[in-house]
Amino acid sequence: MERDATPAIEAIGLSKSYGSNRAVDGIDLVVRRGEVYGLLGPNGAGKTTLVRLLSTLVPPDGGTARVLGHDLLREPGEVRRRIAITGQFASVDEDLSGRENLVFLARLLGLGRRAARERADELLDAFGLADAAGRQVKEYSGGMRRRLDIAASLIRTPELLFLDEPTTGLDPRSRNQVWEIVRALAAGGTTILLTTQYLEEADQLADRIAVIDRGRVIAEGTSGQLKASVGSCVLHVRLDDPAQRAEAVAILGAALGGEVRGAGDPRAIAITLSSSAHGAASLAALAQAGIGLREFSLGGPSLDEVFFTLTGHGTEPPTAEEAPVRDGARSA
Amino acid sequence: MARNGVVRSPEVVTSPGAAAHVLAFGWRALLKIKHMPEQLSDMVVTPVMFTVLFTYLFGGALAGSPQAYLQYLLPGILAQTVLFTTVYTAYTLNTDLSRGIYDRFRSMPIWKPAPLAGALVGDLVRFTVSSIVVVAIGLVLGYRPQAGLPGMVAAVVLLDVFALGIGWIFVVVALVVRAPGTVATLSWLVMMPLTFASNVYVDPATMPAWLQAFVAINPVSHLVTALRGLLGGGASAPAIGWALLAPAGITAIFAPVALRLYDRRQ
Repeated sequence: MERDATPAIEAIGLSKSYGSNRAVDGIDLVVRRGEVYGLLGPNGAGKTTLVRLLSTLVPPDGGTARVLGHDLLREPGEVRRRIAITGQFASVDEDLSGRENLVFLARLLGLGRRAARERADELLDAFGLADAAGRQVKEYSGGMRRRLDIAASLIRTPELLFLDEPTTGLDPRSRNQVWEIVRALAAGGTTILLTTQYLEEADQLADRIAVIDRGRVIAEGTSGQLKASVGSCVLHVRLDDPAQRAEAVAILGAALGGEVRGAGDPRAIAITLSSSAHGAASLAALAQAGIGLREFSLGGPSLDEVFFTLTGHGTEPPTAEEAPVRDGARSA
Repeated sequence: MARNGVVRSPEVVTSPGAAAHVLAFGWRALLKIKHMPEQLSDMVVTPVMFTVLFTYLFGGALAGSPQAYLQYLLPGILAQTVLFTTVYTAYTLNTDLSRGIYDRFRSMPIWKPAPLAGALVGDLVRFTVSSIVVVAIGLVLGYRPQAGLPGMVAAVVLLDVFALGIGWIFVVVALVVRAPGTVATLSWLVMMPLTFASNVYVDPATMPAWLQAFVAINPVSHLVTALRGLLGGGASAPAIGWALLAPAGITAIFAPVALRLYDRRQ
């Protein structure tokens, strides 16, 4: 496909408030054509609102954005001709069958009766839904629904596809299927903006990632850059006896010199390492002091750790007023 | 997954036009009726029950015999049945609007009012089915429309037009109210006085003056008078005129409000 020189998304100071909750609080964003861009953040961070702004579903209170070269406010129609969205909440009709959903949406997009049926069958086939094509969507499993939902966004391949938490609530097998679809689409030249709560997902799929917290972009880069900002690896230990926690923290701190933190779990300790070689030595030091361990692991940082490092607070559950982004949207 | 060349190069959508969009939404409304046949059975059972009950409950007392009362009642019960059906408009649309698929619609290049217009197509089918059921049960019970088949067809068409107009009120209700349960309650609150405080069941002559005054301006009364004329022969032009003017007026006021609300619904 031809690559336009203009970015797929170019947002400057985009803002949206619901009451006193600044869901999106002055976001600047540039997404290049053809890339998979990940918006990473916990529930209530503003990811969904940002997607709803960029897909013309809600108008911003402030800021501007151009999507595929067209101004969001002045030319929403031109934007809609080029995008598709698969929302966090099933954007297909539960009462209709899988095939009826696709044929109906294909007719809306201007396909003829026959072309609509052919395209629907082609998509059902490719997404492993041919056997369930005649069943009502309300009988589908979560993974089947999500696949149908994505298929519905591909009746006409969009230049830009929004995927809002495409794998939240899916089992690992369904999640892998969705990942495969995303990779195939990206290979076909579609730009993808995907939101996720999982660092691993952003890591697997996204060329670049923006970390979102309380309506703001707090970090941006490749997943390698983000992880490097947190430390190359993290040692997790779980103690036999929570009473020994203070002692264990002291020993680990002395041995490793990194930042020690605990989660809510009184047995758990996480510590950032500059090199994985130090991990083994610190475990030996704990054993010498007679501190028994239930588990230990050495691995890359989790979203929670990325968050802690970037914001000083974890991915705690959002407060009541910011959690239901969607409900807030409805009452506005 | 997503193999077989199903992923194509990105393309820009060219809209097939407003009419195609409304047709597609109308087709969707029909599919929903197909998948929820219990709605249709509601539409058959309720009118049959009302017609039979009222005819034999009140017929002897009000008109001397059920047969004589049926001649008066049937056009009224026809109007009542179809108007009660419009409550479905609010309920179905409200349930529908709360689903994620409306996000998809609003992010697609489609004619904005098409989802609402398509919902009205589904209503049209419901209205027509209900009216045919009522006329059929009337004929079985002994109702004899003097104007014959043309009169019956004209009556059903007039009812469809009237109910479509009234339907816009319920589209607005569906857009304003959040909970489907509240929608039903609110709709009945509008519907009860409109249907009962009219000439549907009895001649208003014995009513107190204040009630007569309301009955006289109630558009449902004009509709029922027009239906009696169309079915029984000797259609009254002023009544038909009012019965057409009322839905036109309601549409003129409520349709723009509905579109505005729909547009602003986020």
